[in-house]
Formats: sequence, structure tokens, C-alpha cells
Amino acid sequence: MENYLYTALFAPLASSLFVALFAARPKMLFTGIVASLLIAISMIASFVLLIDVNTYGPLHVTMMDWIAAGNLEVPFGFVVDEVSVIMMVTVTLVSTIVHIYSIGYMDHDKSFNRFFSYLSAFVFSMMILVMSDNFVGLFIGWEGVGLCSWLLIGFWYHKHSASWAANEAFIMNRIADLGMLMGLFLIYWTVGSFQYDEFFASVKTMDPTILTTIGIFLFIGAMGKSAQFPLHTWLADAMEGPTPVSALIHAATMVTAGVYLVIRCGELYTLIPDVGFAIASLGAFVAIFAASMALVNNDLKRIIAYSTLSQLGYMFVAAGLGAYWIALFHLMTHAFFKSLLFLGAGNVMHAMHDELNIKKMGGLYGSMKATAILMSVASVALAGIYPFAGFFSKDKILEVAFSEGAYFLWFALFIGAGLTAFYSFRLVMLVFFGEKEYVKYGIHPHEAQPFVIYALLPLGLLAVVAGFLEHTFEGFVTRLLSQYEIHIEHGTETLLIAATLGIALSGIAFAVYMYRRGGFSKAWEERFCYKLLSNQYYIPKLYELYIMRPFSALANFAWQKIDTKVVDLTVDLIAKMVYSTGEKSRKMQSGNLSDMLRWMVVGMVVLLILAFVYRPMV
Amino acid sequence: MYEIIAFYVFSALTIGMFGIVVMSSNALYAMSALAGGMIFISGFFFILDAEFLGVVQIVVYSGAIMALYAFGMMFFDTTRDVSEKMRSKKIAYSLSISSAILVVSILCAPLVGESVESLYPSIEGVGNVQMIGVVLFTKYLVPFELAAIMLLVAMISGIVLASKKMDEYLAIEDEEIEDVKEGK
Amino acid sequence: MITLTHYLVLTGILFSIGLVGVMRRTNLLMLFFSTEILLNAINIGFVAVSKYYNDLSGQLFAFFIIAVAASEVAVGLGLLILWYKRNGSVDLNSLQTMKG
Repeated sequence: MENYLYTALFAPLASSLFVALFAARPKMLFTGIVASLLIAISMIASFVLLIDVNTYGPLHVTMMDWIAAGNLEVPFGFVVDEVSVIMMVTVTLVSTIVHIYSIGYMDHDKSFNRFFSYLSAFVFSMMILVMSDNFVGLFIGWEGVGLCSWLLIGFWYHKHSASWAANEAFIMNRIADLGMLMGLFLIYWTVGSFQYDEFFASVKTMDPTILTTIGIFLFIGAMGKSAQFPLHTWLADAMEGPTPVSALIHAATMVTAGVYLVIRCGELYTLIPDVGFAIASLGAFVAIFAASMALVNNDLKRIIAYSTLSQLGYMFVAAGLGAYWIALFHLMTHAFFKSLLFLGAGNVMHAMHDELNIKKMGGLYGSMKATAILMSVASVALAGIYPFAGFFSKDKILEVAFSEGAYFLWFALFIGAGLTAFYSFRLVMLVFFGEKEYVKYGIHPHEAQPFVIYALLPLGLLAVVAGFLEHTFEGFVTRLLSQYEIHIEHGTETLLIAATLGIALSGIAFAVYMYRRGGFSKAWEERFCYKLLSNQYYIPKLYELYIMRPFSALANFAWQKIDTKVVDLTVDLIAKMVYSTGEKSRKMQSGNLSDMLRWMVVGMVVLLILAFVYRPMV
Repeated sequence: MYEIIAFYVFSALTIGMFGIVVMSSNALYAMSALAGGMIFISGFFFILDAEFLGVVQIVVYSGAIMALYAFGMMFFDTTRDVSEKMRSKKIAYSLSISSAILVVSILCAPLVGESVESLYPSIEGVGNVQMIGVVLFTKYLVPFELAAIMLLVAMISGIVLASKKMDEYLAIEDEEIEDVKEGK
Repeated sequence: MITLTHYLVLTGILFSIGLVGVMRRTNLLMLFFSTEILLNAINIGFVAVSKYYNDLSGQLFAFFIIAVAASEVAVGLGLLILWYKRNGSVDLNSLQTMKG
């Protein structure tokens, strides 16, 4: 069984390293095929491990010792328990599909090979993150996915906006990582070890203040990775990267790492319910906040990015309120339909020659039937309509909020569900139905290559049926995670489900109705609330004005005044002193005998003085 | 009594003479003063019961070496006044004065010499010359012979350096030396 | 009473005079004169010490110094003659070819 673990873990690494050999060469098709094959092998190994964990239980492996310095011992250890195997399956499944899709999408890109190398490296880092059995391994994976995200967002580094977005993502992640590191330090300080089992064993006896602090710090780290407010601006800007990157990283895997962390530390967060509630409140806020921004945006990928942000908020609500298996379930289903949405959007972009403005599209249904159907399926799943996957997971979260007595949170999520439905179908209507605006721009769209569509089919299937796996899932995962009982009467529960379904359907209907008739009038665009939303509540501007400008002024000052004037000057001064001493001493060697004789006498006088002063004989 | 008078007279004269050597601008005066100073130093040797050395001083120094210098002076046409431009007089004078002060102060300090053994004590009744002869030819024989060889070498070098051929040799190339040797 | 100290002080004074000459003179021949002064001063010192410690070693040392001084003068004057024939001047500053 360990062989399967190592295969699942190292196959992506092998793929990345192998393709990296060809990174500087022009496009070679077999690199994509080899990469996809190796990731598929990893996926198969993950599935085998899933069955294995189901039958036998968790698998714990220590590969080798890494750090053994005094009292600190950190091994390279991996654990495959119920939670990590679910993550592994999700990650490898979506990764395989994205790899196959990229063979078609990056067809005309000249850095074809480099892309697959980076993509596989990302999968490897993510596997380390979910499979590690100690916090340091988690952190290694954490940083690894941050790095690969930077590499992939800034893939087209010639574009200034792309490299700027990559830097923004990385720096924001780094700021959050500081919080995570503080949490890690505190963990080591109190427990003396980084291993999960040792930490969770001693968690019950620890001082509540320390627990709260650790919980807060770890969540700060999660905030950066999962783009919660206020570290959320990078997610929308990360759409500068190629679409497969957005599908893999910013829908299914990296941004869910924060949720994974909270789920993994579930035993910690159950002991500090106040922090959990704060997490849930933040999640609910982000859910509405992001949904509102998606309402008016005209950029195809950004709408989907805000949607991801919103759904992450839902996951954090569930995790914060203690329903960890529900959060994990929503994570899994969301991964499927969100990546499907992104990949479909990629198809649309390709057809429209990388045009992103949805106002310039419309009526693409005629030319791209398969993509249209897949995207509609994904949108319906996202909106949470029975019997698609989103219905089961999202509804559960709403029930959790209601049963905890957090009615305000429930209301926020309820409104969010309506908004989600609306903007998803706004997207679908504006892109696939309605007036064919693209004709004005002389674009002739065509469907993607067949193998790309076939690759997307499994995702579509899962988006439909994954919901029915709910009970098996619950039974499986709660072997490790805590059980969660929802305390609502059956009558109230049916009412809630009906209400949620109702608002979602009404959102869809409203969108279809409005955009059938050509959408909202232009007058709406003048209103203040529209401007507020379309400028993302002016938050990026705020950051630039109050954080970036002072910081870069400070950096400039430090460079010009301190580094150049003080540090450089000191170093130069030392060099100049040495040089000038040499210059002045040069006069001693004048070649004039009289001078030399005088120097002799000077030496003699010095010796006499020394003899007089020291008198060693006496 | 006599010793004290003799010491002070001789020392005054010696210092005066050597002062003239160092400060005078006339080469002839300087040389003559040097010769005079040598004689007075020989006087010192006689006071100190080193008769052999005193005579050797007169013979070698005042006789031979001063004669050499006289010939040299004739050769270099330095009978005219030597015009010298000394650079930075202050430094030179301050250095010498400071060294003088230092030496005097060092030497005025009480000399502590415990258990100083004399290797070759002088015996009463035996004259100085005899004593020196004994020590020189028994204990110091090897240095004596080496000094003799050194003087021989100096003599030869003096002859070679000052000869006429030397002048020519220095001014011509190596091939021409061969030609000159063969008499062309 | 004339003690050893008197003689040593005399040696010191004569030595300093010699130093002045060495530093002051720019005519090479005069420079040699000053060197002679230095040697003679030392001779007095040696002989004085020899007398006051009743040891003949000082006198013999002075003897050898005289021998060395003689040969040094011979060789030195020979070199001086050569230089004069080459450059026509016995001035110290003409010896300088290094520019510093």
C-alpha cells in the first residue's frame, strides 16, 4: 500500500522534472501527453488508496528524517486518512482533466512545455500539503503551491499586468503566511512537536488563551490562501493567468487549502467556538460581498472568480460552525462544477479569440453547443437546484447555520444563494443566448476540439451525480472528523429547503427574463451602487493609496537616503582610506638617497623610544 | 687629574672638529677637520690604555684612509665650494637632536651589569701590545685571516673599478666586448 | 672622576653629529665623511667599555671595525669614481632615477 502512496505523491514530481528538461524548447506534444499520463497514474493511485482506506483504515508512513536538531524532530511523514484521501482524489481528478484540457488550450502557445512543468509541480506541492502528517510538511506544501501559483499566474510574464498580478498574489499570501508561521511557532512552543497526532492529543489540556491565539494565527494563514476579506483582491487579479490555471488553482485546489487547514484542525476549533463563529461570520460576509461584485462585472473570468470567492465563504461558514464534513463535502462538489465552469469559459475565450468582455458575446449557443450545455449544467449545480450536486452541499450549509441559531448568517447565505443563481445565469444568458454581438467584431467562433469536450464530460457527470454520494461520504469522513448533528425539526427543514430552492429558482428566472429582453437599461450604470460594485467597492484603490504608496515611498527613501548615502558611503570610505594611505606612503619610495637616510634615522629614533619606554632588560 | 683635563680637552676638540666636517661648505676644510678628528680620537685611545689601537688609528685612519679621501677629492674636483640644497632642514635637525637626547638619556641611566665576566682580562705587567698580540693570534685568528682576505678583495675591487678598461666595458655592448678582447 | 658614563655620553654625541651629517649632506663624498664619523664614535665606545670592564674584547672589536672601515672606503670610492665618470656629478640628487 505504501507504494501507492509514493506513486500518488511522486508521479507529479516526476512529470514536472521530466518536462522541465524540455522547458526551453518549442512546443513538443509528447510533454503534454506524458504529463497527463503521470497525473492520471497519480489519480488511479489515489482511487486505490480511497478504497484501501475505506477497507482498512488510515495509512501512516514516515519516509525519512528531515530535521533532527536538539529537541526538534521533523520527519518527512505522510498520512492517508479519510480527509486527506478525499482531498487527494479531488485534486488528482481535476488535475488530470485540466492537464488533458491544456493540451488543447495551450496548443498555439510557444511555452507549451514550461506550462506542463509548472502545472505538475503545482500538483506535487498540493499533494504534499494534503498528505503531510505534520505542520511543517503542510507549510512546505503551502509555500510550494504559493510559488507555483506565482509561476503560473505570471506565466505570460511579458505582460506587465500578468507579472503584477502574480506578485500581488504571492505577496498577499506571504503576508498571511506570517500569521501561519506565528501559529506554527506557538504550536511548537506549547507542544514541542509538529506532528498532528501529538498536537491533537494535547489540545484538550492546553490553556484556552493559547488555543485561541493558535487558532487565530492559523486562520490568518488560511485567509491568505483562501482569499478571505481583506486579503481577497489577488484572486480576481489572478485571472491574468491561463484559464486551465484558474480552473485548477483558483477553483479546485489552492484556494481550498485554507479550508483544508481549518478542517484538519477541527479538533482545535471545536474547543474555541468563539473563533469558529468569527470565522463563520467572515465567511458569510465574503459570500455576500463577492456575490455582489459578480452581479455587475463584465469580465467573463472575473465573474467566475468572484463566484469562487463566494463559495469559499460558504465553506468557511460550515467549517467555522463545526460542521467539518459538510465543508469538505461542499469543497469536493464545488471543485467539480467550478472547474467545469472555468474550463468551459476557456473554450469560449478560445472561440472568441481571447475576448473576455461578455457584453461582446452572445448567441454562442449555435456554434458551441457542447460547451453551452456543460456550462449550463455547471451553473445549475452552482445555483443549487435539485438534483444537481450543489443543492445537497449548499443546502446542508444553510441548515447548519439555521440550527446553530445564527439566523443572521443564515439570512446572509440565503440572499447569497439568490445572488449566485442570478449572476450565474446572467453569465450564461449573455454568453450563449441573446444578440450575437460578436458579429460586429468580425469573430468566427468554433467549438473546441473533440478530445477537450470528452475530457470535460467526467466533470459534468460528477457535477450532476456527486450530490447523491452524500450519505456514503458522511459515513466515510466522520470516522475521522466529528459527527455533526443538525437539530431542526423535520417540518422546519422542509420549509428551509423549499425557501432556498425558491430563491434560487427565482434568481434564475429573473436573469433569464431580464436578459431575454436585452438586459438592464444603460441608466443603471450611472448609479452610485453600480459604480461601487464594478470598482470592487474601491478596495484595490484603497490598498494602493494607503498601503502601496507609503510603502514604496518608504522603500525609495531607504534606497536613496540610507542605502546609497550611508551604507555605500561607509564601504567606499574604508576603501578610500586604504587607497589614500597607499598614495601617501608612496612618497616614501622616492629614490632619493637623502630621504632614505632620513627614514633610517626615523626608524632608529622609534626604536630608541621603544627601548627607553619598555626597558625589557631592566 | 690629568685624565680629567685630557678628557675634556680632547672631547671638546673632537666635537668641534666633527662639527666642522658636518657643517662646512668647503670640502677641503671638511677633510682636514676629519683628519684632525681622527688624531684626537687616537688621543682618546691612549688615555684608555689602548696603545696599540691608538697607533693603528693614526696609521690606518689618518694615514691611509684620509689619503684615499684626498686623492678622491682631487679626482672629483670638489675643491670648489660644495653647493648643497638641503631639503626640509627642520626635520633633519629635529631628528638628530631627538636621537641625541634619547641616546644620552639611555646611557645616563644607571648601568646595571651583574656578573659581567671579562673574557680576556689584561694582566698586570704585560704591555698592551703584547696582550693584544697574544689574543689576536690565538683566539681571534680566524677573524684576522678573514679580515686579511677581505682587505685583499677590497684592494682588487678598488683597482678594477677605477681602471680605464672598466670605463670602456661599461659603455659598450656584449658583442663588442668580445671584439675588444680579441684586439679588434 | 671620569666614569664610563662620560665616555658613553661622548659616544652618543659624536654619533648624533654623524647622523646630522648623514641626513644633511647631498655631496656623496661628504656623506662618506659622515659615515667615518659614525664608525669612529662607536670605536670610542667599545674601547671605553673594554677599559672599564678590564676586557680586551672591546679593543679587538674596534680593531676589526677599523679594518672593515678601510675596505669599505676602498670599494666605496671605486664606485664613486665610476658614477662620476658616467654622470659627471657627485650630487646625491643625480642618483635618483625612481620617480616615486
